[in-house]
Amino acid sequence: MGLKGRDVISIRDLSRDEIEEVLRGTRRMIPYAEGTKVGDQLAGRLLMLAFLEPSTRTRLSFETAMLRLGGKVASITDPALSSVKKGESLHDTIRMLSAYGDAIVLRHPNEGAGRLAAQASEKPVINAGDGAGQHPTQTLLDLATMQEAFGTLSGLRVVLLGDLRYGRTVHSLAHALAVFGAELVLASPPSLQLPEDVREDLEHQGATIREVDQLHQAVREADVLYVTRIQRERFADEAEYAKVAGSYRVDSALLAGAKTRLIVMHPLPRTTEIAPEIDGSPHAAYFRQAFLGVPTRMALLSLILTGKAV
Amino acid sequence: MRELKITPIKNGTVIDHIGNGLALEVLRIIGVKDLDKDSTVSVALHVRSQKLGWKDIVKVENMELSPRKVNAIALLAPTATISIIRDFKVREKRVVDLPERIVGIVRCPNPSCITNQREPVESEFDVARRRPVVLRCSYCERLVDDFLLHLA
Ligand SMILES: Nc1ncnc2c1ncn2[C@@H]1O[C@H](COP(=O)(O)OP(=O)(O)O)[C@@H](O)[C@H]1O
Ligand SMILES: [Mg+2]
Ligand SMILES: [Zn+2]
Repeated sequence: MGLKGRDVISIRDLSRDEIEEVLRGTRRMIPYAEGTKVGDQLAGRLLMLAFLEPSTRTRLSFETAMLRLGGKVASITDPALSSVKKGESLHDTIRMLSAYGDAIVLRHPNEGAGRLAAQASEKPVINAGDGAGQHPTQTLLDLATMQEAFGTLSGLRVVLLGDLRYGRTVHSLAHALAVFGAELVLASPPSLQLPEDVREDLEHQGATIREVDQLHQAVREADVLYVTRIQRERFADEAEYAKVAGSYRVDSALLAGAKTRLIVMHPLPRTTEIAPEIDGSPHAAYFRQAFLGVPTRMALLSLILTGKAV
Repeated sequence: MRELKITPIKNGTVIDHIGNGLALEVLRIIGVKDLDKDSTVSVALHVRSQKLGWKDIVKVENMELSPRKVNAIALLAPTATISIIRDFKVREKRVVDLPERIVGIVRCPNPSCITNQREPVESEFDVARRRPVVLRCSYCERLVDDFLLHLA
């Protein structure tokens, strides 16, 4: 069907072939993202940014992607000052933006806002995070990072560590990894386990899922250690939080028995989940992961706006 | 001749083989308030059934169900059979078949879902699994298996 003109609201909107097309495009976009090649693939295109909730890196990476390829952006800068706060519905805001630009990127505090926006808009909509819901470009850049490190996704053993219950990105990532035949290993505190219904849904799609309580053992056998943020708000008191956060901390001792090629990933921003001592190690992939957000979004924007990513 | 638990109706609809205890949900879907004022609604609860053990039956005079209501019944009472009665005889059988998409019948249980904000939008679910039925909100993707508790 091709991605030109398509909405990307959930990773479920993309077939395996389409995800692979984005990953191929991402590889081709890397020199443009690094600035070693200068591009004008998106010259004359205008992207509307509607970030109705605070965001720095996601927003900046969409802007960077567009500008590096010669395109332009226009944005709602402060939702507190805009018509949104005056009670205009998301539906109407999106109708307006869709009349102005060639595509819309939306960040919104409510789950499902992306889908609603896609229905309201005549132009393609990319969901850049709706509440605790979907954030498909995060999943795409996560996949791009693993693909770059290993050349493949199928058969990878991926440990998902931390908050698997509320984590915005981890459910979409698990879904995509299942589609590619990766093996999922879950390591989380009991109160932050993957919800049972989400797990059943993944297994229903043929995912291989294991749960571990021995983190050291899991790390020894892993190809990827995907670390998520454990948020203070999820715990009743500071002591409980400190205990859980402490036992899920990634440091050199934990990685001592790991495979040489293990990569450690994190959607950033991190707090204390990963010790800074890891930053210089060959295992640390999280800054590369953050960088790959730009070429991934370049590829996706190009495919949606022009039908190709070259 | 079989013993009838409720008086026969001349024209109307019989919804039989409703799972035990679900008749009141079915009545909610039918919308008893909306019926013709001369229509009688008869309900039989806890009736012996060969197939189901126990079942409920609902009969409504002078009414034929819209496709949307048939879909709702398929969701809440998947074992139900619907018969259209004209002049005391069964003239038509409607197959109760769970559609791919459920619109407006169930509310999303996620309070932060965009369908629960002030937006001009109806709730909508895809059927994620059929046996047992699990719905997935088309907006926030929340999975819902206790949808009987969240009827719109
Ligand atoms: N140090 C932190 N600890 C916990 N949560 C944080 C921290 N810094 C930012 N956040 C939260 O993370 C969210 C941003 O997540 P993400 O989508 O990864 O990045 P961005 O908003 O820049 O695109 C914000 O809603 C913010 O509340
Ligand atoms: Mg649209
Ligand atoms: Zn919902």
